[in-house]
Amino acid sequence: MSLYRDEGVVLRTWKLGEADRIVVIFTKGHGKVRAVAKGVRKTRSKFGARLEPTSHVALQFYEGRELDIVTQAESIDQYPALREDFDRLGRAVTMLEAVDQLAQDREPNPAVLRMLVGALATLAADDSPLVVPAFFLKLLALEGFRPEVDTCVACGAEVDLVAFDIDSGGVLCRACRRGQALTPDALALLQRVLGGGLAAALREPPSAATHDVDVLATRAMEHHLERRLRSVSVMDHA
Amino acid sequence: MSAYAAPVQDLIDELGRLPGIGPKSAQRIAYHLLKLSRDDALRLAHAIVEVKDRVAFCRRCFNVAEGDECGYCADPRRDPTVVCVVEEPRDIVAVERTGEFHGRYHVLQGAISPMDGIGPDQLKVKELLARIEPEGVQEVILCTNPNIEGEATAMYLSRLLKPVGVRVTRIASGLPVGGDLEYADELTLGRALEGRRVLDGD
Ligand SMILES: [Zn+2]
Ligand SMILES: [Zn+2]
Repeated sequence: MSLYRDEGVVLRTWKLGEADRIVVIFTKGHGKVRAVAKGVRKTRSKFGARLEPTSHVALQFYEGRELDIVTQAESIDQYPALREDFDRLGRAVTMLEAVDQLAQDREPNPAVLRMLVGALATLAADDSPLVVPAFFLKLLALEGFRPEVDTCVACGAEVDLVAFDIDSGGVLCRACRRGQALTPDALALLQRVLGGGLAAALREPPSAATHDVDVLATRAMEHHLERRLRSVSVMDHA
Repeated sequence: MSAYAAPVQDLIDELGRLPGIGPKSAQRIAYHLLKLSRDDALRLAHAIVEVKDRVAFCRRCFNVAEGDECGYCADPRRDPTVVCVVEEPRDIVAVERTGEFHGRYHVLQGAISPMDGIGPDQLKVKELLARIEPEGVQEVILCTNPNIEGEATAMYLSRLLKPVGVRVTRIASGLPVGGDLEYADELTLGRALEGRRVLDGD
């Protein structure tokens, strides 16, 4: 029997038995952890809101044989702005879903956690259309699958880049083009997001180009995960 | 290749689809069922078949009902102009215990949970919208759970219902966040109902 402490973001929860929940947390030191939060669905529970998806929490766990047990939870940030806006909440959940799919049990990846916390805070502060696509693109880069956006993936040309092909992993020039068409505005946004101009790109108002980048980044993420993100299709239909 | 005989694996798979039952619990329950006498097993199977045959969902509000309509929809003393929207039939029990509500209900049969692939299309949302006009509904009280899925569902419904011209209210805060409505005591839930506030719907 042993106790350990860690911090992390709650990715998802589901009901267990009469009043408990299983909580999936992406922690800094222990990677993805599944733990039981006892009694949280009872109204007098001391954890309650602290263990809901999107919450950034400091936790103490008791190491169990199959599942760990949450013994303490203190809130670091609850991002209330995300919970008061249906669309923003949906976009936050999409990021959580991608991290849940990507993260391995018990394999720490503090860089991913740092990015997730940063992205949630950014989304809570300001409803930029590029938060989620930028998060996906940066996450792919971190995983070693940074899309090539500066030169044609087939011939190395630096100009006249007019297409993006997910299978080839980047942009293509007019002569080599395959995949989907890419407008100059969308290309410029991709280059800024991946090339050190993220902060400024996040201030872009919604446009056709931000929408294109969103669709493209989501497809690239789904391609990498080898599955569809459920929350994307739910939110598209809502 | 499964480690279990096919009928046992089938049973484990079926049990694993029940809410709150993980693979380990499914295994445990399956082995418990294996040890039951034939009579006990048949009684359980019969109870499941009975409930499926005799109890259905109310065609109006999707509460459990023994006939076409549930007791609340069939009761002429209930006010049809106020509809209380809940996630599950058992939440109706919690609201009834408060004695504060005399309108009708609408059971969504779940809450929006994007990661589980549950959106408005998987819930009884269209059916709610279809009741507003014909039943002369003037107020919809959103009584979904005070957790993230329940709040998301309330935000969505509020945005959907506002343009219809109906008054949309949400049970007041004061309910412990993260908890399930069914565990709220009647005093707290009663106060939350009484103190419900109008939502602006953005
Ligand atoms: Zn080329
Ligand atoms: Zn009914």
